[in-house]
Amino acid sequence: MKWGFPESVSTYGGDIDAMYAIILYVTGAMFLVVEATLIYFIIRYRRREGGKADYVHGHLRTEIIWTLVPFVLVAMLAVTSAGTWLDLKHPSRFPAAGLDLKVRAKQFEWNVTYPGADGRLGTGDDFVKRNQLHLPTGVPVRLTLSAEDVIHSFFLPEFRVKQDAVPGMETSVWFEATKPGTYVLGCAELCGLGHYKMRGTVTVHTPQEFQRWQQEQGAS
Amino acid sequence: MSHAAAIAIPQRQPMPGMGVYNLKLGMWVFLLSEVMFFTGLIGAYIILRFAHPGDYARPGEVLNVPLTALNTFILICSSVTMVKAFAAAELGDQRGLRLWLLATVALGAFFLSIQAIEYYKLASEGFVPMASLYNVHGPDGALLGQPLYGMTFYTLTGFHGMHVTIGVLCMSFTTYKAFRGAYTQAGHGGVEIMGLYWHFVDLVWIILFTIVYLI
Amino acid sequence: MSTMAIPQAAAAVHLHDDRPFIRRYIFSTDHKIIGIQFLFMSLLFLLVGGLLAMMMRWQLAWPADAQHPLPGGSLLPETMVAQGIMLPEFYNSLMTMHGTILVFFAIMPLLVGVFANYLIPLQCGAPDMAFPRLNMLSFWTAVPAGVLMVAGFFVQGGHAAAGWTAYAPLSAVPEYSGVSTGQVLWTVSLIILGFSSLMGAVNYISTVINMRAPGMTWFRLPLPVWALFITSVLILLAMPVLAGALILLLFDQVLGTSFYLPQANGEPLLWQHLFWFFGHPEVYILILPAFGFVSEILANGARKPIFGYHAMVLAIVAIAFLGWIVWGHHMFQSGMNPMLGNTFMFSTMVIAVPTAIKVFNWLGTLWRGSIQFQVPMLNAIAFVAMFVIGGLSGVFLASTPVDIFYHDTYFVVAHIHYVLFGGSLFGIFAAITYWFPKMFGRMMSERLGKIHFFLTFLFFNLAFFPMHNLGNAGMMRRIYDYRQYAHLADLQPLNEFISLSAFALGVTQLLFAFNFLWSLFRGKKAEQNPWRANSLEWSAPSPPPHGNFAVTPIVYRGPYEYSSPESAEDYLPQDQPPAEQPVPAPDLVPASS
Repeated sequence: MKWGFPESVSTYGGDIDAMYAIILYVTGAMFLVVEATLIYFIIRYRRREGGKADYVHGHLRTEIIWTLVPFVLVAMLAVTSAGTWLDLKHPSRFPAAGLDLKVRAKQFEWNVTYPGADGRLGTGDDFVKRNQLHLPTGVPVRLTLSAEDVIHSFFLPEFRVKQDAVPGMETSVWFEATKPGTYVLGCAELCGLGHYKMRGTVTVHTPQEFQRWQQEQGAS
Repeated sequence: MSHAAAIAIPQRQPMPGMGVYNLKLGMWVFLLSEVMFFTGLIGAYIILRFAHPGDYARPGEVLNVPLTALNTFILICSSVTMVKAFAAAELGDQRGLRLWLLATVALGAFFLSIQAIEYYKLASEGFVPMASLYNVHGPDGALLGQPLYGMTFYTLTGFHGMHVTIGVLCMSFTTYKAFRGAYTQAGHGGVEIMGLYWHFVDLVWIILFTIVYLI
Repeated sequence: MSTMAIPQAAAAVHLHDDRPFIRRYIFSTDHKIIGIQFLFMSLLFLLVGGLLAMMMRWQLAWPADAQHPLPGGSLLPETMVAQGIMLPEFYNSLMTMHGTILVFFAIMPLLVGVFANYLIPLQCGAPDMAFPRLNMLSFWTAVPAGVLMVAGFFVQGGHAAAGWTAYAPLSAVPEYSGVSTGQVLWTVSLIILGFSSLMGAVNYISTVINMRAPGMTWFRLPLPVWALFITSVLILLAMPVLAGALILLLFDQVLGTSFYLPQANGEPLLWQHLFWFFGHPEVYILILPAFGFVSEILANGARKPIFGYHAMVLAIVAIAFLGWIVWGHHMFQSGMNPMLGNTFMFSTMVIAVPTAIKVFNWLGTLWRGSIQFQVPMLNAIAFVAMFVIGGLSGVFLASTPVDIFYHDTYFVVAHIHYVLFGGSLFGIFAAITYWFPKMFGRMMSERLGKIHFFLTFLFFNLAFFPMHNLGNAGMMRRIYDYRQYAHLADLQPLNEFISLSAFALGVTQLLFAFNFLWSLFRGKKAEQNPWRANSLEWSAPSPPPHGNFAVTPIVYRGPYEYSSPESAEDYLPQDQPPAEQPVPAPDLVPASS
């Protein structure tokens, strides 16, 4: 049984995994402290013959301490998370250059529009692939997502990418692959009967391979 | 309580409550939830309108603002008559109570009639709430009319109209009870909570009128 | 119905009830009977919702596997199960209804319908609710809502299949989900249930404000009353928003409007905003009452005053307040503005603080206590232990970047079940076993209760803890056959283990059902105050008669005066007159601390 996330193959996957690790340590420590105290108390203060409980209503200083400590901890976690989040999701912080792709989701398939040889979307040599996402390593990929019918969620677990595709609006997301191979594209938002099989394949090429593939597709 | 005679309920001592009788407190609490109901609907209206300003006509282009302004005035008048009815009840003035309640019922019904006429005229001009009852797409495939405008308009004003209708019905019952002499100078809680509801419905209308007709 | 209308009565009133059976048990206006009616109704729905989960777990253990046909599958029509294999449409309905039924018809009525009804008048020292007839109507509105909700399984096209969150457009257009009538029934049923909850909330709030016994000041109220009062405020303000959202959805479904459909410029995200604006307060509706019950039972079991009573009250109020500004954390990946996402992350993180305060105060209550381990206490302690896990896993989901991976995975399923089962249901088990003697005049079996508790605790953790791992592996929620995905195919053994644990957990609950029913008729007769507790309900007979108290109780002190030096016993009821000699104010902390 594996415990952590699948191996990360995007440039920012490591940032998310690091954030996960920080939260795991903080909450893990909290978990151990609270559960150990609980177990200790129920053993130590179990009812004994002739024993009587203390008549204590509270203790102000303790209360203040255990209000402030969690506050500082969660504020730290929030601040650490906030920057990473904006880098990944805010369109103004997306990398300036890169490969632009359009993804149109519908029940139950992902249609990916690629630019042809001219490298630009919206020209005559664009081509569409169903359920196949091809991309090169080392180049930021910027995706514009839309949906035809219901809400779908574009999920690439190995790349730490998830973004809903919502009918009537466009959403965008970017990532950069680091390692050639084949990976999973899934739908994470319930989208109807075929939701469970709305899957695709991600093929990550080296830049040269990708170029060759792109030209082959454009030619046919 | 019909079985009150059969069961002796122990004596109540002065309560550390709000100093407000239960029914009035209950009405206030209920109105809080009504506030949230209209907040949700108005919120939806504002979100849809901001997202698609082009779908909404400018004030006065589709809706008959002067007619509705008159209607708003009528509803405000009905709040005044409601206040007079409650004042009469406070003074134990039975005749005043009955007349002012009647006037309030009449004004409420008048408001609803004008709203019905307004709906009828708008609908006959092709301003209807639902896309499917309506020829949304013209021959060239372009979107005709304002389905979004229509459905938000009728939903907001319609739910308010429903509240006025319920108010008029309950108020008629209150009036009937007033004619039967059910309210005395010492006990007229029914008139007071009816008034609370009525003023609330009036207030909601003023907000709706501003948002839907004037802005 | 002013309170002064009731005539003076003699000090010791004989409470005589000669109403016919129907007025007494069916269309009763007595808050205790209504609470018990809700108890039977919601336990029935708990059973139904649990059975749906069992069927889902069968599918997840052996997805569409002809070697493992669904037991009893041949009894179901071909539109649900064909040749022993569950169809995806039926799976989607099961998943939707498991969530809907347990949230709206089991946990919520168990916490609020049962205990707000039963406890508020008794713990406040009132003879009944402020509006007894409205209260009766509240129950009899919930029943048709429940009937409609179950009826959906029998209509053509199957039951609602858009998840309990019913995201539009999937829920709004029959062609998208393949379900038409079922989805409409779902919507109508919840609108009706909203009216029921609303009537209840108006009653609970008015009763707490206006019907408290003399001397029962706000800060002498037992914590269950505080928790239920704040919960009622949340219901009062959140349910109308859901009702509004559902009405717009219903219009989209049947009238052809398009509030949530982009075809005529509607907004799919509007549904999510409205739903979660209701939905997050709803999450606290589903846990705050359990906070109250557990506080009561922990203090009683430890024979010690609750630690930091005022902090406990303020924490409930703070959670309820913050609960209104965190709804966006359900929508981080929805395409909502990412700046807004960070704002919602901050408010969500902050809500961990009052929650932590409650946990620490519960530990403080156990500290230097004299702890007895009766069944209610065991369940209350388990509540604290399990809720901590559910609370901490929430921090992962609150962090916007980590949520990118976890959103809509089994990690969320694990989190919600640690809160709603590990939290709410353990709280409910604690509360039912604790107040059962008051409700029915008999004790539940201690031995059966302990067996049930230990097995439930064990199988609950075996069933739900590994779901965190499914989430880590990237397994999506609401998925009929995960083996379709290369990265999930080897999760079958883990899923099978979870399912087997879930079946064991389900069977264990039959022990509770048996204990409940057996004790109802054969349980040991209960004394008036079997737990030697302080709050007012224990001053009334078990079960209390119509009208509750022979004499209106007068309250002299707070509800947690356990082990007070003022008393020879280790408890001191709220309505016991003080000794002649003036004693030190109970709020003083003794020198030992």
